[in-house]
Amino acid sequence: MTGVLASGYGFLSGPSWNLVADVQNMLSFTFMRNAFAAGTASALVAGLIGYFVVLRASSFAAHAISHIGFAGAAGAVLIGINPVLGVGALSLAASVSMGLLGRRLRGRDVVIGLVMAASLGLGYLFISLYTGNATDAYAVLFGQIFGITAGAVWITLLTSAVVLAVLAAIYRPLLFASLDEEVAEARGIRVGAVGLGFMMLLALAVSEAVQVSGVLLIFALLVAPGAIAGRVSRRPAAALALSAVLAILITWASLALAFYTPYPVSFYVTSLAFVLYLGVRAMGRGAGLRRVAAPASPAREPAAEARPAATVRT
Amino acid sequence: MSGTAGPAAAAAPRPAPVPVGRLGRPEAGSPAPVIEAAGLASQYRERTVWSAADFSVGAGEFLTVLGPNGAGKSTLLRMVLGLLRPAEGTLRVLGGSPRRGNPAIGYVPQRRTLDPDLGVRAADMVGLGVDGHRWGVSVSPRKKQEKAQEVTQALASVGAAHLAGRAVGRLSGGEQQRLQLAQALVSRPQLLLLDEPLASLDLRSQQEVSQLIADLQAEYGFTVVLVTHDINPVLGVTDRVMYVAGGGVSVGPPEEVITSASLSRLYQADVEVLTDSRGRIFVVGLEAETAHPHSPRGPRP
Repeated sequence: MTGVLASGYGFLSGPSWNLVADVQNMLSFTFMRNAFAAGTASALVAGLIGYFVVLRASSFAAHAISHIGFAGAAGAVLIGINPVLGVGALSLAASVSMGLLGRRLRGRDVVIGLVMAASLGLGYLFISLYTGNATDAYAVLFGQIFGITAGAVWITLLTSAVVLAVLAAIYRPLLFASLDEEVAEARGIRVGAVGLGFMMLLALAVSEAVQVSGVLLIFALLVAPGAIAGRVSRRPAAALALSAVLAILITWASLALAFYTPYPVSFYVTSLAFVLYLGVRAMGRGAGLRRVAAPASPAREPAAEARPAATVRT
Repeated sequence: MSGTAGPAAAAAPRPAPVPVGRLGRPEAGSPAPVIEAAGLASQYRERTVWSAADFSVGAGEFLTVLGPNGAGKSTLLRMVLGLLRPAEGTLRVLGGSPRRGNPAIGYVPQRRTLDPDLGVRAADMVGLGVDGHRWGVSVSPRKKQEKAQEVTQALASVGAAHLAGRAVGRLSGGEQQRLQLAQALVSRPQLLLLDEPLASLDLRSQQEVSQLIADLQAEYGFTVVLVTHDINPVLGVTDRVMYVAGGGVSVGPPEEVITSASLSRLYQADVEVLTDSRGRIFVVGLEAETAHPHSPRGPRP
């Protein structure tokens, strides 16, 4: 499919600013229905898993898994199978090895980084060997949701169902292990197994989200909603729901914007996520998130005081 | 650190070597021991850190575990929790073999500073102690309400009711400690294990936390095993002490264990125990001393 990366087709006529008519217009195209179905399923899972990625401070692992998945996608393109299967296979392999190494991986950023770079290089080799259209490479790197096939939509929906079921099953032990690993272990939770299970869910979420945002822009969909939700709500269940809703809304808005403008979906996903995050940080500085200690309590830890305020500047 | 008494102390009458205000010690013949060890040895990474330990901890007792870094204090707790197998000997906890996830054991691990950005409510953190180990998600409103009640009660009993809605990452070290205590309390433990709860607290907070633990013990009636570097904050509340050093273990009342003769024997070095005018104990002579993890030691009297 050519031109799928650039945008949808709606920009030729422009929006009518009648919301119902515009949505009907968008959904009259099969590729838009596919994009909304796969995009919603991916965003839901990315939002849920992303909250735990933020809680467990494992965003670097998420990043690495997506890059390793790129080699799988490129390899799949080369041998002529659906790229999402290639991403899934290699992401799972990477996440299982990371999960098995577990704590020993902590502080091994150099090793992860090197494996990541080697995978990207391998993916590049596969793409240069591939004689087809070069846009397929861009598609994996930056997302290709408008070009998603009906087969990939079904794979995505099925994967989301599996992730949701497993996440519901391990939700409480995962939350416990993410917040307080030592006590969780003492209470009988197999923190290693729970961590490994989470890494596999992360690999599945990455494989799905790659279709929307691409390998390089995965952070926008996988980390930003969780980070925003964690700043807005202090109740894990509420934050988790908010994170999923945010990811879905960002995806919907990006699909619509990309449909009516000549610009790509993943650009809107990253921009919206970034703007929302900045907005929440800015609001959080005044509101309850940075509330000073209650009068009855003693002085706070110096570590909390010494932390710099927002480091992101526009 | 100095053991010499100042001029003010010189005028005061010589204090008794035993600090006053200690709780009564359970005598032999009291209910079945909560922890019972015979010929117990502890290994850390294939290396025996201490061995031939025989001791028992009675129900409702407050035992303080002392000793230098790396002497094997935390490994003792991990064995009681069932996370580590005894290298040798037998260990019985609450009348059975140690097992992981025993809900009758509450555990407060060594405190580490939480991520200041961790925006999770204190009440949710404590609530993990109620049902955090269960599979699946709970949607029952009745259970939710029961959980909220238990959390509120536990927070109140550690004097942290006002912290319920606050983000845990933003709390002080002492406040986070209270939450950990509350989290351990919600499972109604019969045995509470605390690993260095007094480390990196100022003197006043050390006294407060020690007293809080003693008060909770009186209220809930559990047995306490507390690991610490410094005996002084707990002198008024502990029943017995266990000194882990030099590859062995010595258990008894503080006035018997923390003496120059007893500690010199344990460390196999010239150790002197000094008591100041307020009954505070100082152990000196270990400045150049290191633990002797390999030395085989017999059972302590």
